[in-house]
Amino acid sequence: MPDGMNIDYDGLIPNNVGLAQDQRVRKALETWHPGYIDWWKDMGPEGFQESLVYLRTAIGVDPKGWAKFDYVKMPEYKWGILLAPAVEGRTIPFGKHKGEPAWQEVPGEYRALLRRLIVVQGDTEPASVEQQRHLGATAPSLYDLRNLFQVNVEEGRHLWAMVYLLHKYFGTDGREEAEELLQRRSGHADTPRMLGAFNEATPDWLSFFMFTYFTDRDGKMQLEALAQSGFDPLSRTCRFMLTEEAHHMFVGDSGVQRVVERTVQAMRDAGVTDPEDRAAVRRLGVIDLPTIQKKMNLHFSLTLDLFGHEISTNAANAFNAGIKGRYREDKIEDDHQLIGATYPVLRCVNGEIVSEDVPALSALNMRLRDDYVKDCESGVVRWNRVIEKAGFSFRLKLPHVAFNRAIGEFSSIKATPAGQVIDAASWAAQARDWLPDAEDAAYIERLMVPVREAGQYASWIAPPRVGIDNKNGDFEYVQIVE
Amino acid sequence: MLEAAIKQHLIDPEVCIRCNTCEATCPVGAVTHDDNNYVVDAAKCNYCMDCIPPCPTGSIDHWFMVPRPFSLEEQFSWLELPPPPEKGEAEQADALDDEAMRLLEAAHEGAGGHARAPISAAKPRINLFNRARPAMATVTGNLRITGAETSSDVRHIILDFGAVAFPVLEGQSIGIVPPGVDARGQAQAMRLYSVASARDGERPNTNNLAITVKRVREPRADGQVFAGVASNYLADLPLGARVEVIGPFGATFLMPDDLDADILMVCTGTGSAPFRGFTERRRRLGQSGRGRLYLYFGARTPEELPYFGPLQRLPDRLIDKQLVFSRVPGQGREYVQDRMRAQAATLAELLKRDGLHIYICGVRGLEQGVDAALGEIAAAVGLDWPALRAAMRMAGRFHVETY
Repeated sequence: MPDGMNIDYDGLIPNNVGLAQDQRVRKALETWHPGYIDWWKDMGPEGFQESLVYLRTAIGVDPKGWAKFDYVKMPEYKWGILLAPAVEGRTIPFGKHKGEPAWQEVPGEYRALLRRLIVVQGDTEPASVEQQRHLGATAPSLYDLRNLFQVNVEEGRHLWAMVYLLHKYFGTDGREEAEELLQRRSGHADTPRMLGAFNEATPDWLSFFMFTYFTDRDGKMQLEALAQSGFDPLSRTCRFMLTEEAHHMFVGDSGVQRVVERTVQAMRDAGVTDPEDRAAVRRLGVIDLPTIQKKMNLHFSLTLDLFGHEISTNAANAFNAGIKGRYREDKIEDDHQLIGATYPVLRCVNGEIVSEDVPALSALNMRLRDDYVKDCESGVVRWNRVIEKAGFSFRLKLPHVAFNRAIGEFSSIKATPAGQVIDAASWAAQARDWLPDAEDAAYIERLMVPVREAGQYASWIAPPRVGIDNKNGDFEYVQIVE
Repeated sequence: MLEAAIKQHLIDPEVCIRCNTCEATCPVGAVTHDDNNYVVDAAKCNYCMDCIPPCPTGSIDHWFMVPRPFSLEEQFSWLELPPPPEKGEAEQADALDDEAMRLLEAAHEGAGGHARAPISAAKPRINLFNRARPAMATVTGNLRITGAETSSDVRHIILDFGAVAFPVLEGQSIGIVPPGVDARGQAQAMRLYSVASARDGERPNTNNLAITVKRVREPRADGQVFAGVASNYLADLPLGARVEVIGPFGATFLMPDDLDADILMVCTGTGSAPFRGFTERRRRLGQSGRGRLYLYFGARTPEELPYFGPLQRLPDRLIDKQLVFSRVPGQGREYVQDRMRAQAATLAELLKRDGLHIYICGVRGLEQGVDAALGEIAAAVGLDWPALRAAMRMAGRFHVETY
């Protein structure tokens, strides 16, 4: 049996990292634990802490063990520290240390760099829980309520995963960083979370689905890149997190699809033929396709900013050092050091968008973003299939990467969703056609009424095709205790 | 079973989100993809089920009985699954393993038709381990639970799976193959034992399970004693012994995951094993639902009734315990069906409830006596028992497992 497959459930903190034998780290984590529970109670899902939620908990990190479903009260969820099994003889897969044995301890020269990466990743996890904490009040069904809480508890677990690394490998600095992860608050004026998109509110369920589809997908790309890391504990942590992240992708992907499905179905039933006739569609109590497109434009562009500057020395350094690789580095066939290689980058030159070949090492953010955009396309294709099947010619489309950007090459210009550069006046005149405005927000907010009858769904969303854990349609995913 | 059909593993392209988890998980490289779909190569898939739990969507869990498997190219071209074959896959298979399937089919015969799982039951995992690839368990408990002075030696055996995940639900069975060969020099046949613990282990959050085993020792007419191979092998296991375990099996004899459901459990002897699991599960979940358990449990004497002591400690609010004895000196012989008739008013009331689930487990023939009693009780209040039983069976609310 590979080492580390077994989860120790005896202590306060379930783990497969031998905490029982590691007094120092165990004590540090047990000291951190009450603060975490306080944070969860203050900033986790509002209400529902006493409700029984049908959640998935990992009981092992091998394929057969990590999806055990049962009713759990969220504060009693087993947040543990779970690492994917160690790969014997693993070597650093890229950068200047390529081929050397993977590090089991932090290499001194990269300590600051690694700590920064872990803290930034860790900061996003509680941030999204905070952003989503009010959504329970307006869930369109018990099924969706359960999915929200599953995402929330797993984001909580991902925070634990990063905090473990900080405590285990970064001494006093790590301990302080772990404390601060509980102090910052999403959207707080004085102590905001570290990244912009994680300080935006998630005001409604369509935003939630868009967030899990687009923004959690950035998380997936970052985790994929860190899963390649030469620092083995980080790699193993991220590999296990990725299996959980797939559920978050699913919530967003299927959530948007169900909204689209309900809209086109209602349009067909009512004989509305023009998807652009928003007033007619809204009279049906569903979200019109142009508004869904606007939400996509917003969340996609906000998320692109998370990839940072297209040309980045930090990214080059992290790659060179063997700390952060490329998306699925192990599937790429090249020298894994990028010596002399170039990569095409979209840049803004004299107000125009042009493609320029730059040294591949400095274009790693761009490359990850390109992989991300390609990954985003796959869901849009399937959403459009639903629209096509219903007989409408409307198609959803990802906006151009230059659209609505605040960070990087395109932050200095204004561009249309098609990628045409325009002046500030034209932008101001048309922005409300491309991004949700107050009127859209007010309409969606009116639709956000909670549905708490098992098997029932709000007017604006279709039921899922398959239940969680293959449950039937009228399964009570959350037993609400107020 | 359709002749010459194979069971093909398919992924529903309409539900799949292309997250690559299955392909990354598959140990034999059977899952692959193109720009359109993720698909399973029928020539490579060995039904190991590793890809099932990690799939976030449920798209992975489709099984068609087909005369000829769909090729990769056909699957790549799909926008949705083809219409399912006429019949076969719609019913929940208790096992993918022929040997286990035959055993369970025989045990479920007494239900009078194909059983279905309760609608609210959790999704069982089946056939995760087989003869060629068994799970290794360690014996961490082997306790006699019948009186030492009686001839009935029933054992509560705890099997710990250590680092191996062996997920079970209450009501499922595990397969044990005793070591060695039989009289004809063939490998021993598999025996099935019901899980006697709750899904989260003998104690909450332990990776183990319990089974209830009666040591078979029967005197024969010729003066010899017949000793059951498997039961004696298990009953003699010392602590720390390693046991090969197959399964889990069973996808229908499962408890409702619904705290409002009433459950009527009728058993004799080691037929109590699944009901110990059911009861433990309900006890751990607490008393938040409206449902109650009703146990009709027959044995010759209190000393021979497995789990007699622990049963006494269960609160009446959780479970109505009707322990029935047929050989207590100085008392008349009473069987479970007699007690059921004596409690006709309670049971008639239960039969009228939509949430009632009935389970019968024990020695072959038990179901007939129970059926007759339920028929009389139903008729007395104007209920058509055969029709009600058929409807309950279709709804996953009537179950028989006898052997």
